[in-house]
Amino acid sequence: MLYYAVITALLATMLLALVRAILGPSVYDRVLAVNMIGTKTVLLLAVVSFLYGRPDFLDLALAYALINFIGVLAVLEFFRSRAMREAAEAAEED
Amino acid sequence: MVSLFSIFILTLLLITALAIVQSRNLFVAVMLSGIFSLLIAAIFFLLDAADVALTEAAVGAGISTVLFLGALALTAEREQEPPTNRPVALVVVVMTALVLIYGTLGTPRLGDPNAPVQTHVSPWYLEQTPHYIDIPNVVTAVLGSYRGYDTLGEVFVVLTAGIGVLFLLGKPSPRGSRGPESSAEDAGLRHYLIPRLVGRLLIPFILLFGLYVQFHGEYSPGGGFQAGAIIAAAIILYALLEGEARALLVLPRWLLTGMIAGGALLYGGVGVVCLLLGGNFLDYSVLMSDPVAGQQIGLLLIEAGVGITVTGVLLSVFHAFAARGEY
Amino acid sequence: MDGLLDIVSWLLLTTGGVFVFIGGVGALRMPNLYTRMHAASITDSIGPILIIAGVMLQAGFTLPIVKLAAILLFLLLTGPTASNALASAALLAGTKPGGSKTPAGED
Repeated sequence: MLYYAVITALLATMLLALVRAILGPSVYDRVLAVNMIGTKTVLLLAVVSFLYGRPDFLDLALAYALINFIGVLAVLEFFRSRAMREAAEAAEED
Repeated sequence: MVSLFSIFILTLLLITALAIVQSRNLFVAVMLSGIFSLLIAAIFFLLDAADVALTEAAVGAGISTVLFLGALALTAEREQEPPTNRPVALVVVVMTALVLIYGTLGTPRLGDPNAPVQTHVSPWYLEQTPHYIDIPNVVTAVLGSYRGYDTLGEVFVVLTAGIGVLFLLGKPSPRGSRGPESSAEDAGLRHYLIPRLVGRLLIPFILLFGLYVQFHGEYSPGGGFQAGAIIAAAIILYALLEGEARALLVLPRWLLTGMIAGGALLYGGVGVVCLLLGGNFLDYSVLMSDPVAGQQIGLLLIEAGVGITVTGVLLSVFHAFAARGEY
Repeated sequence: MDGLLDIVSWLLLTTGGVFVFIGGVGALRMPNLYTRMHAASITDSIGPILIIAGVMLQAGFTLPIVKLAAILLFLLLTGPTASNALASAALLAGTKPGGSKTPAGED
């Protein structure tokens, strides 16, 4: 009862972020949307674990907070090295 | 009210799936599949399946995205044009879907309290676990001890997948193409000081948390698969921030190969030791004088074996992708 | 005392939810990548602080409060870092800031 408002807000934000992920013209918009959904999922897990009265489920939220960060950094590292490679190839052709 | 939330998340899942299928750019598809796995983990959690949600979270959001991007770096960015016999494909898919739906009509309704699994199997597990194994997390008891054969099969599936990838991508290509990369790397990493610092702060905590999840699997959601994925994610983060060569200094390839085989060997070895001590294969009660303590020791050992194999396989696959491309 | 705790908790949670929703609307309607990032960062900073504070009041002085504090710490540590990394990557790849109609007519 206590938590229904915040869970509704979190789910609505996930929907908005999903629309951004589908629409976003550049790939960075989509990475932003994935990061947003990840952090909202962490909050959702924390709140729902108290809704269900099982606070030992907080381990999941903790694991997710850490793993989400790794996923975003992996994507950015990938694009960085790809841009670096394309810049090196363009420099070699000149 | 909670069912409303579940229905809402399922709708989001459907939208995401349609968007994945519809997009031509494979990067977009990888991003959306990361969102897909996040939503699935939330649904598992709302259905009170915490172990599965933790595994989905650990493997789907972090590791799968990294490996998909590694594969994309070796292949193309845009999907090829599909072949032209699409009406036939559509008919086949629709017929298969109808057959599957018809098949589910025979199963009991989800959560029906009179279903055989709820009246015979589940009460037996819930009542007998304190007597035989005496750990609070019944899921670990079921997957480790009562259904130990299945988990042994799963470990061997992971092992085989690792072997398959190493066959395809094993030998690293010559390092000539790395020259311009490493000199430009310093210029690129200069902009990434903050993520590097924060990442280096976090890696010990992620490793510690992975060990916590490994050994706490008997008391709270956790276990070998989840812990293996979390520890592999920590090393992958180190490889992303400091370069793959430094990560190979931490866990060299021969150690990873040893871990892949060693975990499965540990699991099977525990089973064989049980045979030699007079019990059945994977009957942990004979490991110690007290059968309950024997079960607990057996669970600890096999979960360690699972965690070691999963870590080894995920890191080997990551290094195989990273060494082959200029990623 | 219990009722008061519940009311304060509900206020914190709902305010956090409102901020998260505002951030979500901003991420959808803002014209540019960097402005969207700015809007989304609300959901990473003030949102978790209020929501986790609200949940902490429900938890009492046991182990879950330590785990919640750890979750909050990691979210506050990794959220701005991810935003920084994303903005650096976008800038290096050539995405230009600005690009919407400013009142002065300049870009």
